[in-house]
Amino acid sequence: MGLLKTIEEKLGLLKYKFDRESHISIEQESFKQDPTQAILYVCPAKVYTKNEEDGSCIVNYENCVECGTCRIAAPQHVRWFYPKGGMGVNYRQG
Amino acid sequence: MSEEKVTCIIVGAGVAGSAAAITLAKAGIEVLVLERGEVPGCKNLFGGVLYTTILDKLVPDWMESAPLERYVTRKRFSIMGKDGEIALDFKTKRYESHPKRNFSFTVLRAKFDAWLAEQAEKAGAQVFPGMMVSELIIKNNRVVGVKTEPGGDELYADVVISAEGVHSYLTLQAGLRKSEFDPDHMVTAAKEVIQLDENVLADRFQLEGNEGVAFAYFGDGLFGMFGAGFIYTNKNTLSIGTGVTIGEMIRNKKNPNEILEHFKNHPAIRPYIRGGETIEYSAHMIPEYGYNHLPKLYMDGFLVTGDAAGLVNSSHHQEGTNLAMASGVFAAETVIEAVKRNDFTSNTLKLYLEKLENSFVLKDLKKYRHMTSFFNENPHFLRDYPDLMMELFGDYFELSEKPKEEIEKEIYKKLKRRIPLWTMATDAWKVKKALF
Repeated sequence: MGLLKTIEEKLGLLKYKFDRESHISIEQESFKQDPTQAILYVCPAKVYTKNEEDGSCIVNYENCVECGTCRIAAPQHVRWFYPKGGMGVNYRQG
Repeated sequence: MSEEKVTCIIVGAGVAGSAAAITLAKAGIEVLVLERGEVPGCKNLFGGVLYTTILDKLVPDWMESAPLERYVTRKRFSIMGKDGEIALDFKTKRYESHPKRNFSFTVLRAKFDAWLAEQAEKAGAQVFPGMMVSELIIKNNRVVGVKTEPGGDELYADVVISAEGVHSYLTLQAGLRKSEFDPDHMVTAAKEVIQLDENVLADRFQLEGNEGVAFAYFGDGLFGMFGAGFIYTNKNTLSIGTGVTIGEMIRNKKNPNEILEHFKNHPAIRPYIRGGETIEYSAHMIPEYGYNHLPKLYMDGFLVTGDAAGLVNSSHHQEGTNLAMASGVFAAETVIEAVKRNDFTSNTLKLYLEKLENSFVLKDLKKYRHMTSFFNENPHFLRDYPDLMMELFGDYFELSEKPKEEIEKEIYKKLKRRIPLWTMATDAWKVKKALF
């Protein structure tokens, strides 16, 4: 495999336990009005992408590595809380 | 488990939580540790060097059983320009016959924290992984228990210790911090663990036996933003990463992995990782708000420790695990006193703050209280100085037939043109105030 570069490749190494319910939600109207939309680029796990058709934010919560950067970057429209006990990312090295 | 009541509930089985649990269990106090991860350690992450002075008192035979990687015998601080670096490199054989005494060991937290939680269980604490505390139960301004998910169970205790980590929702809920964090006070680090052949690794970093390195980087490897890069050697892997404040990433439109890749591709870093294999990628937030923005650390029935309390020395010393473990021990000692007095109100719990204030934990945080605002207010330090230094060193060492005296004069002239003497003098004073 060698040295990995992209987030997608790197996330492929991680073990997750997926919950059917998302632990993240977005206030879409607030997101659409945000001129920076920083969550699209500060997230280290590419959780947030933009739906180019309606300008809304798509949340790929399964990717989340639980760092919390998004809620610091945009507390006004990110509702982030821990996945339920035992769910989410499982680091083997740390 | 509804309607149960124990003496102490600890939220989180990281190093702060387990340090508190070991201390309480050894004193015979009933203690329950609730950990949201499937196993302790699986959510935890740091650079990593674990500083072991506190561990030495908690688990005296830790050297025999803890999952340690290497002991740090070489420290290096590097200022990166675009095409190279200037570094201060310290290497010692001082601890060769007694590695334990240097108290700085690289570890991988998923393994280490699992081991430490086991020590808490051996001491008599009950550790429950897979239980996420969603909120505190507060009655008449006093914390009396916690609610957990999944299940919505309510658990009651005389006192709750939060070792919740950087997110610190409980501190917020309790009103001990008033608002969400400032992006300029929070760092997000992205990290990779890269596997190398053990002999290749030893040769690249000039290591004998179990020796290891801690390398810190500033400047262009981070696109000149406020933050640091790091390389730590484990047995046959490298921990490599970059951490930059969220404010800087927002303003410069940078992604943590993009910064990490830029760092990995810098000419000063590239040769270290050549031929390696990425085996894990991870990211974590570090609370770097420092002494001036600490939350309140106790209230009736509640104590806050570790990252949840913002106890990180983010200066060039880059300490966190030792502050976390010390705070865990102080919180536990305070609970032991509270049990003796049968008083779990602030009257007794305020002892915790006194212990922190009388120790290196808050003394060091106080010493570096100007650091974060210094770098936020003076972005040119990490953005402009590294390349200027690289250029001047380059001029100085470039071979020519020009007499040395002439070269020196030209360099001095260039320096004065680029930074007026007055600015240089005030900048030097500012650095002294922030760091020394």
